[in-house]
Amino acid sequence: MGVTANNSRALPWALVTPALGWTLLFFVLPFLAMGLSSLTAHEGGSFTLANYSQFLTDPSYWRAMVNSLEVTAIVTVISVLLAYPFAWILAEQVPERWQRLALMLAVLPFWTSYVVRSYSWLLVLSQNGVINRALTNLGLVAEPLQLANTRFATVTGFVHFFVMLLTLTIFANLKQLSPSYRKAAADLGAGPVRTFLHVVLPLTLPGIMVGAFLTFVLCIGDYITPQILGGNNELLMPQLVMMQIGRRGDFPLASALSIILMAVVTVAYLACARWLKIERA
Amino acid sequence: MNAPLVDISSVSHRFGQQTVLKNVSLQIEPGSYTILLGPSGSGKTTLLSILGGFVSPSEGKVFIRGEDCTSVPPAKRPTTTVFQDYALFPHMSVGANVGFGLRMQGVDGATRAAKAREALALVGLASAFDKKPHQLSGGQRQRVALARALVVEPAVLLLDEPLGALDLKLRRQMQDELKAIQKRVGTAFIHVTHDQEEAMALADHCVVMNDGRIEDEGPPERVYARPSTRFSATFMGESTILSGTVTEAKNGTISVATPAGAIMLPGTLQPGAKVALAVRPEHLVLVAAGGAVALGTAEVSDVVFQGSFKRVLATSTVDPALQFIAKAPASASVQTGDNVAVSCDAGDFILLTH
Amino acid sequence: MRVLVRIASWLYALAVYGFIFLPVVVLVLFSLQATSFPIPPFTGPSLRWYDAVLSDTRLTSALVNSLLVAVLSSLAAVTLGFLSAWGFARFTLPGSALLRGLITLPLTVSYLIIGMGLLVLFNWAGVPKSLLAAGIGHVVINLPLCFAIIYSQMGDHQINIERAARDLGAPEWKVLLLITVPVMAPAIFAGFFLSMTFSWDEFVISFLLTRFDTTLPVEIWNLLRSGLNPKTNAIGSLVFAVSIVLVVLFELTLLRRKPA
Repeated sequence: MGVTANNSRALPWALVTPALGWTLLFFVLPFLAMGLSSLTAHEGGSFTLANYSQFLTDPSYWRAMVNSLEVTAIVTVISVLLAYPFAWILAEQVPERWQRLALMLAVLPFWTSYVVRSYSWLLVLSQNGVINRALTNLGLVAEPLQLANTRFATVTGFVHFFVMLLTLTIFANLKQLSPSYRKAAADLGAGPVRTFLHVVLPLTLPGIMVGAFLTFVLCIGDYITPQILGGNNELLMPQLVMMQIGRRGDFPLASALSIILMAVVTVAYLACARWLKIERA
Repeated sequence: MNAPLVDISSVSHRFGQQTVLKNVSLQIEPGSYTILLGPSGSGKTTLLSILGGFVSPSEGKVFIRGEDCTSVPPAKRPTTTVFQDYALFPHMSVGANVGFGLRMQGVDGATRAAKAREALALVGLASAFDKKPHQLSGGQRQRVALARALVVEPAVLLLDEPLGALDLKLRRQMQDELKAIQKRVGTAFIHVTHDQEEAMALADHCVVMNDGRIEDEGPPERVYARPSTRFSATFMGESTILSGTVTEAKNGTISVATPAGAIMLPGTLQPGAKVALAVRPEHLVLVAAGGAVALGTAEVSDVVFQGSFKRVLATSTVDPALQFIAKAPASASVQTGDNVAVSCDAGDFILLTH
Repeated sequence: MRVLVRIASWLYALAVYGFIFLPVVVLVLFSLQATSFPIPPFTGPSLRWYDAVLSDTRLTSALVNSLLVAVLSSLAAVTLGFLSAWGFARFTLPGSALLRGLITLPLTVSYLIIGMGLLVLFNWAGVPKSLLAAGIGHVVINLPLCFAIIYSQMGDHQINIERAARDLGAPEWKVLLLITVPVMAPAIFAGFFLSMTFSWDEFVISFLLTRFDTTLPVEIWNLLRSGLNPKTNAIGSLVFAVSIVLVVLFELTLLRRKPA
């Protein structure tokens, strides 16, 4: 039921205006500025579409987008596949009173600094790092493997973070399922496997989709992980954007690339939103 | 001199496109227990919100103690509300909850505590003063909400489906207590419910609402015995409804053609008028040598045992659209599929023109 | 069969825990390294790198900056978020759904893009790079979060509680102070806490919008340029320890509030 204000009409606007103003001034306006900037030439500032056409025509530029999409897709799939069974074990196999602790432990490294987390993986994967040392000592490899500064390293760093994030969301999802669903399925003659396939999995699917989408958005926009772990052998979009600013101070091109990146995320969002809606109907 | 305590004058209200109150006028007497009875969507809760000052009516005025309160905010009007979900402040003790209104009036702490204790004693919860709301049961929270609203001595106490969240047994028990408390404090209570049993048990004055209008109002005995509309005949207790047309009228008697045959009864309507005749279940007789007016035979479609009686549903063999609802003694041997002769006394017909 | 599932479950869970903790264990272990490289073999334990961190004024002042930015930007975000959530939940405003959508929009945009936009705008407007600029960016990312958390907790029940207070004679500011804020305290606290952790850990916006005085993640980034260094391990372990303490405190307060 609608709530009517009995006193002045000014109060509600006084409450919401600061937040709206902040969003307009420091989110919408910057975005417009970026849009405008992306349509100007780096030298001289005249109107041009060159920044966009550069992206489309220069293979090294759109290669970064392809790389970003590939890495993000791989990370999302691996993270979901790793996290789902893990969350399921935490929710179903671990005794009730240990669950909170088990979950807290599982996401503890989530709270380490973001920059430090990638750095830690560098320690693990570097030429003289823990893994290579272990492999050579065991005599499994003669020469240390090139693990750092590869796509493998980037994916590992990302998966580490998103497995924790997805474990959290999927665990919450599994716990929200009413036990009566499972009881009902068992009562109607479904074994544990069929109960899982026909009842538990479909019911948690929307939650997985939300988690996967979150993974996609956070992963495709991240600069730190590919920069520290992947190095410059293979550029992803965020690295390309930062490069324009850092090396050349080319704000217009960086703006154009940012907008392209955002457009891709928006398309993914729209596709995802539609998919979720169909699922519900 | 004997001005009404509350005078609702031609109030209409719209939420967007939807008109939820249509030109409602109502007077409430001091010290009365008024029930607003109606199905959900009938506008009863909106009317209560308008009385409480939470909603300003689109049209019309509300006078309380003779003063125009139409646009006075809730804080400044002499009404308090007991909310359906109690709306106790979860972070305050029961005592602080009850004392809140006095605190807002600037009453000092000691007086506040004393009055709050008194109010809690009134609702039988003297020992709960230091407890937190979440430590109480549903029925106890209900009483705290009542004490909190009463302690500021409002002119009118508004209750929004106050018993809706309680189980049946507790509801009946709280009903009795509400009535007793109202008699003791003498404050006018206006109570919204969709439960007709609650209405009959509590009301001095019963207001039946439907579709944004007042269908009927008066003492519950009168509303039950002589409902003035078809809606109130079926909402406040059940009725068998015989639709018909007046065919003849002379000497204060009319003849009505119904699916169950022609029925004569007192009245002064013109021939051709569309009417309905309502009969309360306890007045329908299901045996051959029954009442004076035969209503044809019917096949029993359902018998529901209700403890002290059996509720019998039967479909007329003359017109399958005609459904009889009757009350039979608990010992009656009537069964589904039986054919019964239905009758009643002429004086038991309720003539409805709306 | 059941036993097999159990054993497989245990093995799988152990493997995932191993994967999750491997980098953290390596980080902390080699922060205690006695020699100059955080790689095997382990030569410690030694606290010399912690000493180095604590005597590095660049790092310690960056830590203070980070805390300052985190606390102040979170306060701003939670205040703006609370007021707007209250306004939208309690009053019918024209275009409410659209305006609420606008406030939560930054949640779907990468930090990189938010930072880029602010960089371009500030560059044009002549606003110098500073901690304040980074703080503004942090409010942009945390305001929608605080708004969403608090707005989602303002249900019909809370509306009735406030109505009850008004009905009993409380003026608007007393409703806010005595009823709304205390009742909403868990949501307000959660919003503040999450904002703090996000701001504390945020890199790219701070990197783009600060120059000389900067935040800890940016300073750690600068440290990384010198390659693998146990000093980085030490500062990383310290940050981890602080975060753990905060999380545990948060859990405890949340647990203590549970029964209410």
